[in-house]
Amino acid sequence: MSSRRENKITPLTNAVLNAGFILLSLACVLPVILVIIVSITHNDSLLDRGYSFIPEKFSWIAYESLFKDYSTILGAYAVSIGVTIAGTILSVIFMALYAYPISRQDYPFRGIFTFILFFTMLFSGGIVSKYIVFTQTIGLLDSYAALILPLLIVPFNVIIMRTFFQSTIHPALIESARIDGGGELLIFIRIVLPLSLPVMATMALLSTIVFWNDWFNALMFIRTEDKYPLQYLMMRVLNDVQFMRANVQLAAQNPQMMSDLPNESLQMAMAVVGMGPILLVYPFFQKYFVKGLTVGAVKG
Amino acid sequence: MKGKTVVQGVSLRSHSRSGTALFFHLLWKYRYLTMMMLPALIVLLLNNYLPMFGVFIAFKNINYVDGIWKSPWVGFDNFTFLFSSGSLWRIARNTVLYSLVFMVFNLGLSVAIAVAINELRGRLLAKGYQTFLIMPYFLSMVVISYLTYAFLNPDKGFLNTTVLELLGKDHVFWYSEPAYWPYILTLVNAWKGVGIGAVIYIAAIAGIDPEYYEAAVIDGASKWRQIFHITLPSIQPIIIIMTILSMGHVFNSDFGLFFQVPMDSGALYPVTDTVDTYVYRVLMQMNDIGMSSAAALVQSILGFIMVILTNSAVRKINKDQALF
Repeated sequence: MSSRRENKITPLTNAVLNAGFILLSLACVLPVILVIIVSITHNDSLLDRGYSFIPEKFSWIAYESLFKDYSTILGAYAVSIGVTIAGTILSVIFMALYAYPISRQDYPFRGIFTFILFFTMLFSGGIVSKYIVFTQTIGLLDSYAALILPLLIVPFNVIIMRTFFQSTIHPALIESARIDGGGELLIFIRIVLPLSLPVMATMALLSTIVFWNDWFNALMFIRTEDKYPLQYLMMRVLNDVQFMRANVQLAAQNPQMMSDLPNESLQMAMAVVGMGPILLVYPFFQKYFVKGLTVGAVKG
Repeated sequence: MKGKTVVQGVSLRSHSRSGTALFFHLLWKYRYLTMMMLPALIVLLLNNYLPMFGVFIAFKNINYVDGIWKSPWVGFDNFTFLFSSGSLWRIARNTVLYSLVFMVFNLGLSVAIAVAINELRGRLLAKGYQTFLIMPYFLSMVVISYLTYAFLNPDKGFLNTTVLELLGKDHVFWYSEPAYWPYILTLVNAWKGVGIGAVIYIAAIAGIDPEYYEAAVIDGASKWRQIFHITLPSIQPIIIIMTILSMGHVFNSDFGLFFQVPMDSGALYPVTDTVDTYVYRVLMQMNDIGMSSAAALVQSILGFIMVILTNSAVRKINKDQALF
């Protein structure tokens, strides 16, 4: 123990490093704090001094008007929550059901099915081909399925699950359960799943983040406004305003049009509403993410 | 390997069966395991394999009247258009250069942070910093585009109204000035990725045997020498693997970063247009299926080659780390 202590850095170096990390941590959170502050800044302060960390006047009007016209935003929230829950549950179940057979040493077709999974990591048809297949062949244009299907199977995560099953579930356990007359599905549900809860939790959390944060599939496949998930609604709001503002600048700065644009604290309130849930929960679940990431990095 | 042994074991027990009979016997015996895989197999088929077969549209002149099957074949015409469009060089250069810069920049910062966080005296503080540093990773690119907009908004953004004001400089119209965007994009990408990247190296450093450091202390090695002769060499394999793996994606770009953060601003295309944003724009805004599918196919093929090359490079260095 004493030799470890001697090997510590000097208090001065420690102080310098801590100062550096405090700055880095600030660099990570300050943008988020700025957006939160702008969302509760009074419009007069915004016109006067722009976005600032210490505004003169505060106002909750952005949130009030956001939730006054609540049908749009609540609808988007509902779509996001629904897609995230359905997507996460299906994703974890489908991936586990695929990972388990290819983890079984006695399963004779594990080679071919591992390859089928693995080849998708090597070659992709690309987004155009996928767009044509989704919209023309299987008719998913403007359906919720188009938000879920593309993100269901992450081959890399299936391989992590397979490795977990291989290293955690002893074959003798499965063998004895089979002698006791358990069917394969029963063995999987009664024996394999309870022993695999850590990896299941990690995968569920990874999926939750991916589904909640996805907007690309909505951009590609969703056309009707009441099917917009929250992230995509946020994207539309920001881009539409920016488009108008850019054109206003070109059109000789007409002040009347500028004042008709949606209030800027309102936009930022949307960003807060969009990132809120993730920011509230991630500190409690971060260790699972870290676990998932490091498992993946050590051996795929 | 082990799977094969078992198959032979089975065939020994029933050596009178022919190969086909054995196959069907095994198929029947393990039918429940195979059936468990069906849902995921259907997803893979719809999501990955149908689009793979769909790449033939790059050789067709798709029109919606004839549909994808009856539209006429045009050979390599779409590729000729793509190569003569003049955009190819720009999007290829942007994609590859940004990938390389991001790779080097993020790697350097991640490793430096991991080494430094490991040297901190207070473990609790280190955990606290880590929590803050990985926070950006959990935000979507749409949220991040709002954050950048809060800084870069021309009339009210924090940079123009506060920072440049304090420095006594003129306001900058960020979304129409390409010169700044290589730096902005590199910074935003690092902001999102460095913390989570460091986590991997922190875990690798935590796995180093403490005896090395104890021996180094007895030999009177300074902290710097320990870092350069123990810490960095110990995590070198994982650094190499991570680098090579990201080489496999050198022709891919983060669509959100290049499309949403610059808010699809046309003035910035010279420095923000990558293969992915180009393919999206040509497909969705210009409705040119031919040229976009040609560009996407070129990207897929180059990506395939890169993955194969990088994997064989990983294999040479460390067989266990190779993907296949």
